[in-house]
Amino acid sequence: MFEQLSHLPKLPSIGSFRKMSRMARREMWVGLAFLSPWLIGFMVFTLIPLGATFIFSFANLKITDGIMNPLKFVGLNNYIQYFKDPQIWSNSAGIPGSWLVTLRFGLISLPVAIFVPLALALLLNSKNLKGKVLARTLFYMPTIVPLVAGVFIWNGILNSETGWINRALLSLGVPKDLTPGWTNSTTWVYPSYVIIGLWGIGGAMLITLAGLQGVPTELYDSAKVDGANSWQAFWNVTFPMISPVTFYNLILGMVGLFQYYLIPFVLNNGNGSPGGTTMFYNVYLVRTFLTFMNMSYGATMAVGLFVAILVATIILFATAKYWVYYAGEAR
Amino acid sequence: MKSHKVHQLRRILTIIFTTGLTIFLLALFLSPFAFMVFTSLKTQAQRTILGGPIWPAVPVTIQYDGKPADMYKVPIKTCEGYNPNDESIQALALVKKGLKVSVFVDPKNLQKGEFNCVLSWRATPRYFSFSPAWQNFLTVWNGINYPRLLWNTTFYAVSTWIGTLISCVLVAYGFARFRFPGRDLLFMVLISTIFLPAAVTVIPLYTFFVKIHLVGTWLPLILPHYFANAYNVFLLRQYFMTLPRELDEAATVDGAGPFRILMSVILPQSKSVLLAITVFHIVFAWNDFFGPLIYLKPNTQLYPISVALQYFVGLYAQQPELVQAGALMALVLPLILFVIAQRYFIQGIVITGVEK
Repeated sequence: MFEQLSHLPKLPSIGSFRKMSRMARREMWVGLAFLSPWLIGFMVFTLIPLGATFIFSFANLKITDGIMNPLKFVGLNNYIQYFKDPQIWSNSAGIPGSWLVTLRFGLISLPVAIFVPLALALLLNSKNLKGKVLARTLFYMPTIVPLVAGVFIWNGILNSETGWINRALLSLGVPKDLTPGWTNSTTWVYPSYVIIGLWGIGGAMLITLAGLQGVPTELYDSAKVDGANSWQAFWNVTFPMISPVTFYNLILGMVGLFQYYLIPFVLNNGNGSPGGTTMFYNVYLVRTFLTFMNMSYGATMAVGLFVAILVATIILFATAKYWVYYAGEAR
Repeated sequence: MKSHKVHQLRRILTIIFTTGLTIFLLALFLSPFAFMVFTSLKTQAQRTILGGPIWPAVPVTIQYDGKPADMYKVPIKTCEGYNPNDESIQALALVKKGLKVSVFVDPKNLQKGEFNCVLSWRATPRYFSFSPAWQNFLTVWNGINYPRLLWNTTFYAVSTWIGTLISCVLVAYGFARFRFPGRDLLFMVLISTIFLPAAVTVIPLYTFFVKIHLVGTWLPLILPHYFANAYNVFLLRQYFMTLPRELDEAATVDGAGPFRILMSVILPQSKSVLLAITVFHIVFAWNDFFGPLIYLKPNTQLYPISVALQYFVGLYAQQPELVQAGALMALVLPLILFVIAQRYFIQGIVITGVEK
């Protein structure tokens, strides 16, 4: 899906519109008419609000009891506050800032979101597996469970007293004070979230599987002839061939990380407990504008988010040419 | 010949290992469903009983000699009058407690009378029988007003589905079948909206809807769905591009305009992808949390099932059996839909991920 984005299409010049025949002109207008729902929607629900977010970030807009205070521009004040905010950048007292929280969690969750679906897809693609279609369907199934319901189910499983995981650990002989406190423990809260996130890997697994099925078998045969063992065949044939899929999963994982909200909101009340470890950037942002109704500061944080995601995306696309292989493209 | 047999045996063992591993992983992966079902069928007392089984059960007590007698799982070889080599375990009723020797009767064979078994009653597990607490579902049904939630969620799903389907079909057709300068650039802009987190546009939108007093109504949630979204447009465009243009051209020769072609040539060939979009959209609507959370807030009467479940759990956090029953009631309909239409889900995912 994102292959298109790796090389910019040619910008149309004024000349190209002048040279158009009457037929071509007609085709353009009819085409644009069909695009109009999106063009209008993009203006109204994306472009204008995006611009308004920038404008808000230079003002002091707040809502109190449903009433907006008069709009006043305050210059860079919000940005000065933003760059000093310990809730965003960490402070000396040891409360992690929301960027650090997001980054730390990403360092655990993104590798899992990439490699677990890959490992699972390799297993499900194995010629030694019976009942492939059923297994594929069952691994995908939890993806359609409404996330809120899934979170509550996992919260029960992870309960430190009555949950199945700790009960299983106890029956395996793990001493009670060594069993994890899961969502209430600063050490275990990220692993808990990662475990909950496993129920969402179905999509990534399916497209990885489809990618694996698209690898021509001749490539494996010639790798075998060259004397490659299966580990080498994986890294030299399979992985490069499915790298576009991995890239796609990585991009979606990153976008999801920047928007991470529901699980900390539902499980840890969106207040950062325990010990500020779950005050993700987007959690803090929503809290700012929805709980405290501070629209302008929320907008400032949104600008920060926009810049961060832009930078991260550019970096990812820049690295793509070193490890993402698109068939039919000269390397 | 022999090496061929060894080879075959190895292959069979690999199949058993691979399939066994997959079954094991699936059991772990899906065990939360079992947890949910079991917990949702327990009463509070059943859930907290020490040494209770994981499934919903009650310890069995019978009446013996006018008095209640609790039933235990007794290794039968410890009892008088039974075969000492019999390894089986039987459900017996305890008549007299003892630390070394306890007195039991067999409820199935009362004529046999009381007999001693050489065991401590404290160290013997209780005998449980299956006893689901169906009333939990009734409690949740009334507690969250399930019929209203179903209505709200269905209304949200259907009203947005209509808009999504119409707008995405039109836009995808525009991208798939018309050539003009700048089209590919626009398509790129469309795809890149996937990167844009809702947070960077939601504050002005929310402020605007507060200002015109539409927060607490459906409108801010439904309206944007009538203006197409990147995923579905992409999915439809990919599909439309695989359809042969010859049929379009034949229809043009017959005097059909672009809209006629879309309706009577393209769409009749696209049933499966339209179904894929439909099932994904229903799941989306069932799942959507953030939108309803912020836009419906003062008006809890309108809550769809996702937000209502969170609200309900806030009230009943101390009763996990009700929480799990609520979770089950929230996921059962999407699950049924998935079982019926899983082919379309899987097809849709594969198109967006693998096609270029």
